[in-house]
Amino acid sequence: MEHEAHNPALLHHFADAQQQKNAASLGMWLFLVTEIMFFGGMFCAYLVYRLAHFNAFAAGSQQLNIWMGAINTAVLIVSSVTVVLAVKAAEAGKRKVLVGYLVVTVLLGMTFLVIKGFEYAEKFEKHHVPGPTFNFTDKFDDNGKQIPVNPKEAELFFSLYFAMTGMHALHMIIGCGLFSVLAILAWKGHYTPGYFTPIENAGLYWHLVDIIWIYLFPLLYLISRHS
Amino acid sequence: MASTVIPANQAPAPTPKLNYLNNGHTLKSWLLTTDHKRIAILYLISVTVFFFLGGFFAMLIRLELLTPQGDLMQADTYNKVFTMHGLIMVFFFLIPVVPAVLGNFLIPIMLGAKDLAFPRINLLSWYLYVVGGLLISHVMLTGGVDTGWTFYSPFSTEYTNTKIVEAGLAAFIAGFSSIFTGLNFIVTIHRMRAPGLTWSRLPLFVWANYATSIIMILGTPVIAITIVLVAVERLFHLGIFDPRLGGDPLLFQHLFWFYSHPAVYIMILPSMGVVNELITCFSRKRIFGYKFIALSSIAIAVLGFLVWAHHMFVAGISLYAAMIFSFLTFFIGVPSAVKVFNWTATLYKGSISYATPMLYAFGFIGLFTMGGLTGLFLATLGIDVHVTDTYFVVAHFHYVMVGGVLMGYLGGLHFWWPKMTGRMYPEAWAKLSALLIFVGFNLTFFPQFILGYVGMPRRYWQYPPEFQALNVLSTAGASILAAGYLLPMIYFVWSLRYGKIADANPWAAAGLEWKTTSPPPTFNFDETPVVTWEAYNYDEIPPWERRAPVAR
Repeated sequence: MEHEAHNPALLHHFADAQQQKNAASLGMWLFLVTEIMFFGGMFCAYLVYRLAHFNAFAAGSQQLNIWMGAINTAVLIVSSVTVVLAVKAAEAGKRKVLVGYLVVTVLLGMTFLVIKGFEYAEKFEKHHVPGPTFNFTDKFDDNGKQIPVNPKEAELFFSLYFAMTGMHALHMIIGCGLFSVLAILAWKGHYTPGYFTPIENAGLYWHLVDIIWIYLFPLLYLISRHS
Repeated sequence: MASTVIPANQAPAPTPKLNYLNNGHTLKSWLLTTDHKRIAILYLISVTVFFFLGGFFAMLIRLELLTPQGDLMQADTYNKVFTMHGLIMVFFFLIPVVPAVLGNFLIPIMLGAKDLAFPRINLLSWYLYVVGGLLISHVMLTGGVDTGWTFYSPFSTEYTNTKIVEAGLAAFIAGFSSIFTGLNFIVTIHRMRAPGLTWSRLPLFVWANYATSIIMILGTPVIAITIVLVAVERLFHLGIFDPRLGGDPLLFQHLFWFYSHPAVYIMILPSMGVVNELITCFSRKRIFGYKFIALSSIAIAVLGFLVWAHHMFVAGISLYAAMIFSFLTFFIGVPSAVKVFNWTATLYKGSISYATPMLYAFGFIGLFTMGGLTGLFLATLGIDVHVTDTYFVVAHFHYVMVGGVLMGYLGGLHFWWPKMTGRMYPEAWAKLSALLIFVGFNLTFFPQFILGYVGMPRRYWQYPPEFQALNVLSTAGASILAAGYLLPMIYFVWSLRYGKIADANPWAAAGLEWKTTSPPPTFNFDETPVVTWEAYNYDEIPPWERRAPVAR
């Protein structure tokens, strides 16, 4: 273990690099657990209110732009692939490839946010943003049968839509910032095949944010479309 | 041998000159430290400030309730006073106190590690705590909050015009401080144990903090998102809990108590952990039923997540749900009782001595038992309906929170004070303060059981004159209690300069933390210890070391 004493990334209170890596990765997984609990509160609220106000939630869901949602889902899945490739490149010590994949990941994240921005703009135009200007006249299309719904309950759906996608977007913004910093540090050569834990852990964070979207997309966009 | 094996109960080494306290004297060396021991001291100071601030509000409450009329303050002011008392005591004292002060200081040493796994995140937690604390102080000075610490919707989201968002943000930030502490503890306990220190050899204080950390990382994010939802409801009119939009205020209560009930176990479990260390040391015995105590902590952490709706028996949940939560609430009495029975069994045929920490441990057992048993009254649906929102509930949770948490904390602080500072506290004064606290506490809160049972509701600034006698008793007790808390504050500070110099192991105690110097060096041990013994091996102490553990 003598050579590891010279590893500049090894902090003094760890016995060796393996212990440090294990600690960092366990810490990251526990942080992801807290994130799941954080979003869990909103998923719980969604579940309860969807059961209580089914028709309004279905009608609200039918007003979402499924194409933008679907494209965004694809963008995020591709970004998860680039994250995996970035970790691979770090493992192999290919610095430029690593920086490339990190930058592509950030760009894909920003693409997601821009599309989300257009989607939010559409909500403003249709007066689907909760608050004093909220207006909802659409009906729930139940296989061709038009069922009128209580606009107040639809407002609740959009409240949850904005709370959940907004919190998700905030996590995407943090992720983009994180990966930008990693790209700069990687460019400066901070990461070696012996030490790339931050890339791995940031990757775990990115995947979690992706997975949350993978749940949000069907719950908000798809679940009430059955024609 | 590459690393030195420290044999069990070896005579302690003489105090070296360089330790964590004198390793750097500048303000910067404290404020930017990553040493878990220094961060524990930072927490000790800030937590003490908030304790006395919360205590100040408690005294205001008791003074108002001295007379039946509302003569000291107006109803609105009274609402803000008890809200600040609750917010400060819950989020800025009870939740961080034992883990962040004693846990921070002791866990790495008990594990034979140089520091926690993430020292910088540990410092970040303290800064988050301070930012949250400054924010709640700002709220306090600029108008306060009047919802009670529970922030119930729709009053908090719609009707009150006090500083809900700011107070919520303070709790949110303090919550992340506790998430990071919990995360740090779990990783440290998993990954940083010294060679030979298996899970079954860990001190039970470590087990208790491990269980606490589980609750911290699973529960706290839920209160965080709940606070965010309340804030966006106030700020942007998103109507998650607004009944006019079809939202459900009960959902707020569910989400709130999903964290806030387990939070009471965040408060009590670490103090229970302290009591294990005290009872074994001052009865010179192995703990009775090590595995049961260790696993009862985990059981409390798990079951604690399944009882939250007992706060909502009268809120309009279904009777069926209420019965299930009532049953589960009875059930969580079992692991708590396992601990109390095992502590009593540990005392059996022990050589008991009555140093101050042991007095606090006895205080803990007695008062926690009363708090726990009255908890069973409240788990009973019929009785709960009778005493909901009365002083019976107030007395119950103060027996657990003050009689339990604070007794354990003060016992632990006296016990480890020589380790933390290298000085002994004055034993006679300490015994006096333990006595004052015990008497003052019972005088303050026992009358409240009776008051609540005969129908005095909580959170009112006036009451019918027939309740006055018991309220006067309670206020008198609170004054004694205040004297009991000020006394340690004074003699602890006094002891820093004038206390007797403590040797490495003044109690002849068995834990790993007593095998390093007092105060410990910055990296805790000069060489990583190898642990070959089980915790609490007091029966292996050689006869010449078996002196009575009294402060010298």
